[in-house]
Amino acid sequence: MHGDRCYGDADVSDGGGGDSALFVLDPRPGLMPRWLTDVEFAVLGAACDRLIPEDDTPGASSAGVPDYIDGLLGAFLSDPPRIWAGGPTSGRHGGEAAFGRFHRLSRLDELAWRTRIEGSRGMAEREFNGPVRGLQERYRTGLAELGEDFCDLSPDEQDERLRRARAFTALLYEHCCEGMYGAPEYGGNRDTVGWQAIGYPGDVQPRGFSDAEVSGP
Amino acid sequence: MTLDAVIVGSGPGGATAADVLTRAGWSVVIVEKGRNHLLDPDDLTRPAADYSNDELKFVSRHFLGPDPLIEPRTFRRGEEEGDHVHVGEVNSIPTTVGGGGTHADGKVPRFREEDFSLLSTHGPIEGAEVADWPISYDDLEPFYAEAERAIGVAGDAEVNPFAAWRSGPYPMPPGAPMYGAVLSSAAAEGIGLHPYAAPTAANSVPYDGRPACNNCGFCAFSGCPIHAKGDPVALLTRAMATGNAELLAETFVARVRTDGHRATGVDVIGPDGASRSIDARHVVVAAGAVETPRLLLLSGIDHPLVGRNFMVHFQTFVIGILPQRVHAHKGRAVTHVHDDAVIVDDAARAAAAEAGLPWIRGGLVEHGGPHLPVMEAKMYPWGPKHKTFMRSSPMRDRMWAFTMQGEDLPQLTNRVDLDPSVRDVRGFPVARVTYRPHRHELVASAHHAPGLVRVLEDMGATWTMTSTSPLAEGEDRRGPLSAIPMSRHVMGTTRMGDDPRTSVVDAHGRVHGLDNVVVADSSVFVTSAGYGPTLTLVALAARAAAAMVGRDRPQTVR
Repeated sequence: MHGDRCYGDADVSDGGGGDSALFVLDPRPGLMPRWLTDVEFAVLGAACDRLIPEDDTPGASSAGVPDYIDGLLGAFLSDPPRIWAGGPTSGRHGGEAAFGRFHRLSRLDELAWRTRIEGSRGMAEREFNGPVRGLQERYRTGLAELGEDFCDLSPDEQDERLRRARAFTALLYEHCCEGMYGAPEYGGNRDTVGWQAIGYPGDVQPRGFSDAEVSGP
Repeated sequence: MTLDAVIVGSGPGGATAADVLTRAGWSVVIVEKGRNHLLDPDDLTRPAADYSNDELKFVSRHFLGPDPLIEPRTFRRGEEEGDHVHVGEVNSIPTTVGGGGTHADGKVPRFREEDFSLLSTHGPIEGAEVADWPISYDDLEPFYAEAERAIGVAGDAEVNPFAAWRSGPYPMPPGAPMYGAVLSSAAAEGIGLHPYAAPTAANSVPYDGRPACNNCGFCAFSGCPIHAKGDPVALLTRAMATGNAELLAETFVARVRTDGHRATGVDVIGPDGASRSIDARHVVVAAGAVETPRLLLLSGIDHPLVGRNFMVHFQTFVIGILPQRVHAHKGRAVTHVHDDAVIVDDAARAAAAEAGLPWIRGGLVEHGGPHLPVMEAKMYPWGPKHKTFMRSSPMRDRMWAFTMQGEDLPQLTNRVDLDPSVRDVRGFPVARVTYRPHRHELVASAHHAPGLVRVLEDMGATWTMTSTSPLAEGEDRRGPLSAIPMSRHVMGTTRMGDDPRTSVVDAHGRVHGLDNVVVADSSVFVTSAGYGPTLTLVALAARAAAAMVGRDRPQTVR
C-alpha cells in the first residue's frame, strides 16, 4: 500500500512547497499526544460504543473514533495542528500519501480554531462578539456528566445517562459520525473500517470511476 | 504607482475581470479575503495540490471559508424579529481564491431570452420589484459563448427544447450520465418532461491544458483535486501568466476610497493585520451579492437601493428512497436537469390564477443524489439501528432527489445591510441578511413538486418526501435556522438598470454617479431566473470588463 508512507514513526518528509506541513503525523493509537485524561478517554470510548455499537462490523471505539475526537480536542498539540488534511491524494487508490501532511494555518485560521477548540477564555481577540465556549470545556463537562463510573454501568444505564446529557450527546454523535466515516488521517475510521462496513469507497483520486461504473447499476 | 484596476474578490466574477483586463495589458491587483488553496504558491500560473476527496475538510471544517467564528453573518426574516435571530453561518459561499467557483458542482446553464424581460413578457406581481434588465439575451449571447469557452463547459446544444438560441455548440460533449439520472430521465420523459444532459463546467475530455474529469464524485462542496472543474482556475492562471496581475490573498478590503465623484483606490488589511492603501484608476467589486453591498455600505456608497432586492433561489427538494442502489458518489453530482418548471404553460397559469397571482415560474430541476456518508450518518438516530441504516443507506446510496432552483422574486424588504452590533474579526460590522420569500415562490413550489413526486414513484420509490428551503413560515422544524435559505445562489443587491433612481449600476456594471467603480458579480442581477447564476455572472463580468477596455465584443481566448 502506498498508504504505508504516512504511518512511519516520526516520519519526516520534505512535504513539498507551500503551506503543507513538514512532519507527517502518525495517527496510530498511542503515538499521538493525548488531550483527554485516561479516565475521560475510557468514558468517551464507552459512550461512543453506545452511539455506534459493534455488531458484525467494528463499533466506534475499535474504529478509532475516540482518537478522532481526542485528536480534535488536542489538535494544537501537533504542529501543524490536525485540522485540515493535505491533498490531493491519500495513496489508497494510487498517487502520493499526501493526506498526512496537514495544512499550516494562517493567523486567522488559528484564531478561529483555537477559539472553537479552547474557547475564548476571556481573551479580547477571541471575544469580539462575546464569549465562546470551547469544545474542550464541552467535552470535559459532558464526560463528567456521563460520570466516571460510566464504563461500569449496564448498557441500559449508559443509554439513560446519554439521553439525560442530551446536548452533549448530540455533539458527541456528530463527532462520532465524523470519526467513523471521515478520512482515517484524522484518527478515526481506522484502516477504513467505517467505509468498508457500508461499502463506500472513500476518497478515490487519482483512480476515480470509469464511465461504465458511473452509468451502470 | 497607480494601478489600472484593483479587483475585489477572486471568484468567477473577479477572475473573469482579471482575465479580460490583463489580456488588454492592464495592470491589476486581485485582492482576496480568503486563503489561496487554488493556485500553486510557488508558481501562480499553475494549479495547487491542496484539494482532495475529504468530507471533513470541506464540509465539516470550513476549509474554503468563511469560518463563522471569525466572519459571521446575521439573519432575520423581517424587521419585526429585531436586530437578528441568528448569528453565524448565513449563506456562506466560499471565501477563498476562486470564490464560489471552488465549491460549486459546476452546473452552468444560460438564462433564456424572457429571463431578461420578465416585466414586459409576463407583467408585474404585487409586492415584488419585477423589472426588465437593461440588456437582452442577444446582447449577452457572445459573452455567454465566450464564458463557456473560457471556463470549459460540456453540454449538448440539441437536447433542451426550451433552450435559448446559441451562436455555436458547447466546447465539449457531455460527460457520462449518472446511473440514477439514467433512471430519472426515463421516468421524467414518461410523464412528458424534457430532461437533458446538464451543461457542466467539468471537462469531459482534456481541455485547455487540464485533464478530463474522472468522476470521483466530489464536485459539490469540494475543490476539484485534479482541476478538471471549470472553477476560476483557468481564468486566474491565465491572468497571472500575462505578468500583469498580482494576487493578494488573505487581504481584506475595508473600503473603496472615493473623492465624491471617482474612486481612487481601496484601503486593505493584509494577512499580518497591517493596513495600507492601493491606488487604482478603476475598482472592480466582485465579492458576491452579500459582501459586495457590505463593502459599498462600509465605503459610504449608499445609494438607497444598495443591498435591496436580495434574491436567492427558493429550493424545492423532492426526495425518494429506491429499492436499488444508485451510487450518487460516482459521477459529477448532477448530470441531468430539466427546464419544464421554468416555462409558464397553461397549467402554471391556472395554478397562478387559483392563488390570485398573475403568473408563476419555478426553476431548473436538477436530478441528483446525496453522496457523503458523514452527512448521511448525522441524519440517523444513534444506537443499534445506526449501522442498519448506514448499511441499507436509504438517505444516501438508495436516495434520488430533485432540486428545483425556484425563481425568487426581488423584494425591497429582502436586503443585505450592516448588522448593528455583530462584528467580524477585524472589527467591521458584518452583513445582515433580511429575507422572507414572496408568496409566488411558495405557490410555484407547491405547483411543481407533485410532478416530481410522480417521477420518483414511477422510478419505483418506496417513500418520498417534499421539502423546501427556506421552509414556509409556520412549518419551522429547526427554529430560525430553517428560515435561512440553503441555496448559495445569491443575487440582486446592486441591481442594474438605466435609471439611477431604480438601479444601483448601469448596464455595464458601473455604479451610477461613480463610474470607475464596476460591480462584476451576481449583485447586478435584476431578477433571479430559475438558473444557477455562475455562467450569467461570468458573461456579465466579461461584458463589463470588455467595456472598461473599450470593447463591445469578447476577445476570444480559444
